[in-house]
Amino acid sequence: MLSAAPAVRRRRSSSPGWPGLLGATALAAFLLTFVGGSGGAGRLARADALEDAVKGLASSSGETIIQNITQLSKLGDPRGIAALQALTDDRLRAGADGKAWIFDSKTRELVDPLTGAPAPASAKPAREVETDNDIRRAAEPVLAELQLGSPDAAVRLGAAQELGKSGSAEAGALLHRAFEREKDKGVREALAVAVARVDVQSPDANLRLSAVQLVTKLGNDQMVGEIQRLLAVGPDGKPAEADERVREEAKYALKAIESRRRLITGFGSVIHGLSLASVLLFAALGLAITFGLLGVINMAHGEMLMLGAYSTYAVQTFFQQHAPGAFKFYLFAAIPVAFIVTFGIGVLLERVIIRHLYNRPLETLLATWGISLLLIQTVRLIFGAQNVAVANPDWLAGGVELVRGLVLPYNRIGVVAFVIAVSIGVWVLLYRTRLGLNVRAMTQNRNMAACVGIHTRRLDAWMFGLGSGIAGLGGVALSQLGNVGPELGQSYIIDSFMVVVLGGVGRLAGAIVSALGLGIVNKILEPAAGAVLGKILVLGFIILFIQRRPQGLFAIKGRTEA
Amino acid sequence: MLERLTQFHGKRGWLIFGVLSLAVTVLIPVLNGLPKSFPLSVPDSMIPLMGKFLCFGMAAIAMDLIWGYTGILSLGHSLFFALGGYAMGMYLMRSIAGEGVYRSNLPDFMVFLDWKVLPWYWHGFQSFWFAMAMVVVVPGLLAFVFGWFAFRSRIKGVYLSIVTQALTYAAMLLFFQNATGFGGNNGLTDFKRLLGYSLQAHATKRALYIATAIALVATYLIARFVVTSKLGRVLRAVRDAELKTRFCGYESTRYKTFVWTLSAVLCALAGALYVPQVGIINPSEMQPSNSIELAIWAAVGGRGTLIGPLIGALFLNGAKSFLTAAFPSAWLYVLGGIFVLVTLFLPRGILGLGAFRRLRRAAASPAEATISPVVGSAPAPSEAAVPAVAVTAAAGGEVPAP
Repeated sequence: MLSAAPAVRRRRSSSPGWPGLLGATALAAFLLTFVGGSGGAGRLARADALEDAVKGLASSSGETIIQNITQLSKLGDPRGIAALQALTDDRLRAGADGKAWIFDSKTRELVDPLTGAPAPASAKPAREVETDNDIRRAAEPVLAELQLGSPDAAVRLGAAQELGKSGSAEAGALLHRAFEREKDKGVREALAVAVARVDVQSPDANLRLSAVQLVTKLGNDQMVGEIQRLLAVGPDGKPAEADERVREEAKYALKAIESRRRLITGFGSVIHGLSLASVLLFAALGLAITFGLLGVINMAHGEMLMLGAYSTYAVQTFFQQHAPGAFKFYLFAAIPVAFIVTFGIGVLLERVIIRHLYNRPLETLLATWGISLLLIQTVRLIFGAQNVAVANPDWLAGGVELVRGLVLPYNRIGVVAFVIAVSIGVWVLLYRTRLGLNVRAMTQNRNMAACVGIHTRRLDAWMFGLGSGIAGLGGVALSQLGNVGPELGQSYIIDSFMVVVLGGVGRLAGAIVSALGLGIVNKILEPAAGAVLGKILVLGFIILFIQRRPQGLFAIKGRTEA
Repeated sequence: MLERLTQFHGKRGWLIFGVLSLAVTVLIPVLNGLPKSFPLSVPDSMIPLMGKFLCFGMAAIAMDLIWGYTGILSLGHSLFFALGGYAMGMYLMRSIAGEGVYRSNLPDFMVFLDWKVLPWYWHGFQSFWFAMAMVVVVPGLLAFVFGWFAFRSRIKGVYLSIVTQALTYAAMLLFFQNATGFGGNNGLTDFKRLLGYSLQAHATKRALYIATAIALVATYLIARFVVTSKLGRVLRAVRDAELKTRFCGYESTRYKTFVWTLSAVLCALAGALYVPQVGIINPSEMQPSNSIELAIWAAVGGRGTLIGPLIGALFLNGAKSFLTAAFPSAWLYVLGGIFVLVTLFLPRGILGLGAFRRLRRAAASPAEATISPVVGSAPAPSEAAVPAVAVTAAAGGEVPAP
């Protein structure tokens, strides 16, 4: 129907008008950089050649389509990708006006393959372009080739992976060329893997050897299957790989892959451990204050975490309904709200209940347990017994990929940064303010502190509130890491007591060190011994440790009572 | 000997004790045997329920020995309770070897896990008496070792509570593991026979109830024996002023370890009786919250009175059975409220209400005014004994070492 020969035509049949002119200029500028150096006429000719080649894809003759595919390959213009992609996906349509259009399966509209503009009414009705295996076989390598030349790194990456799977010799040559000129680190690695994947199947032993060496260098675990196949022994007793050097290299490669995998999981556990440690630290900071200062075991402390998390949930819901535009900033509103809510509840509890139980620590334990039951049940009645999901705002979702397979999630980085900020804040409050001086005096000798005019009763309430408030902040952090449910706090309370006991009661530094230690040790033991066994080991260790050093890691030195 | 018995109770006390024991052990089974139409007849469904409550009562008395009388709040008693239960459960599983769903010689869950041989620690449990010995030995040994080291390191007060809680928590996680070999999540269940009698038969249930009632009476007598002995006085002295007691020459570690171990064993016996009556034992029995509830039973009834914790256990569990059925969402409020209100307003529990009336009367006559209603730094005072006196009295006489 249409010849594939390049012909000089107008870009569009209709007059372009101002926006069209602008678009044409931009296009020309782009082409200038792309083709680089060729004359103005050549540029125009190429642009029209591309248009014709794309148009030719909508032909009803398979032969013409294949000719046009070859033409696209010669032009090497990445703008042909969309049309080729559509062709292989059966989404290419031949419009009533004889042009090629892409059927967008999402919007169910026809769009221009080059500009993405919606099709005019004259294009309809459109007919599906018939494809067969010959066409696909012709289109796929060209598509991959064009994609490898695409200015978009993500497209190149996808093409590299796709080509690696095909494993043909032509793909190998293509990949080698792309690998030589690739600059982007991530795409380079993907290309290297694809090259290795293709070369490892090559009949040439030297190529195989260099492929395996490449894998050794990369340590990329995607190639494990291939390398293992090289080392496998066939049913006739002969090794699958004939060449001795390749087999030797393959063993190295496996080791390299294994050591890299171990590095990645190790590093991953450290990151997870750090964020667990952060949450524990939030809980333990508050406990260290209330336990150290007031001698009160607050079993409802875990519920303060839970309340903080639910406050975050409530703020999130409020933003969703009333200020969706500012949704990404909801966390900044949630932090003060969670703190105020838990601080208030903490002060209230101290004034109403705990105040009457000083000097009776065991009974405080029971009373606060009762409080925790009340809080859990109340939350259950208000928010339901099911877990609720708190969404990460955009800027906390995702993560930064340090190396392949090792993602550092933003929410965990955020939690660690948050706990560092809060710890510094608490330290400043306790060691650099008048209030903190009074608190420390009270911790050392309550009666003496009262004698020199410190209002101990009022300070008790403030500090209890502060401890609860810090746990509430921990709840905000926790809501960014996982689901939020009424029993959230229960799972942290034992761990956070362990942190306090291990660190030494009332010691800020002790709480920080032991929270870090426990969090990381927990997560490092997890892959080795299993999550539960790791936890049991840690608990067992603490029980033994307390036997040896009942005063904790960082005991207050002084003549305090036994 | 007879003289020693009079120290347990006065004449009136023995009379009340006798009447109550008979009522629990004899009267209720008899009422249950009466025809249904009879107005006072106890329905069959009540028997296992009451048996369960009596087990909790035993555990509460055991808790009272260590908390009410020695001032050590253990949050690990649910572990001992469950260990006793597991030992009994293992016997019940092994005694029906070959009759499980899979007709295997191994317990069903092991077949399910594709285990081929019985783990070494399951050997011997096909024998009832071996299992009964284990009910006592395993929790007893664990309690002895743990207690000895903890008390020797002078871990006390809330620290001990937290450490026992950690121990229980660790054990719970361990038992939740399938690899531990105790049935993991599901625990041990599908029991069929105890000593050849079908557990489904009502006669067996009634017999179990009677056995539990007798065990409860025995537990009470043992506890009474301990607390009325000189040993019991030392325990109270340890509770009220441990340092002074040590300076008087009593090695408090030994006393504490003894009563701790005894309490653990009694709790384990309660657990062993509990399992055949409820038909299942799983790791959730070891939840930290169970230990704390055990403590609140004792607190509600009145610590340091032996009969108080029993009343507390029966009262709270009755309320739980009723409320969780009638007002499911209200139960946690009630329980939480009881925790708070009892510790705030009823430090001596329900029995303390009566003691309060006596105090009012005493206030009228100055001769008895030495009994102070103030609850100070010491944990709840015992019935009427003045703590300081207990120390001096105990110091005077010879105290048998445990």
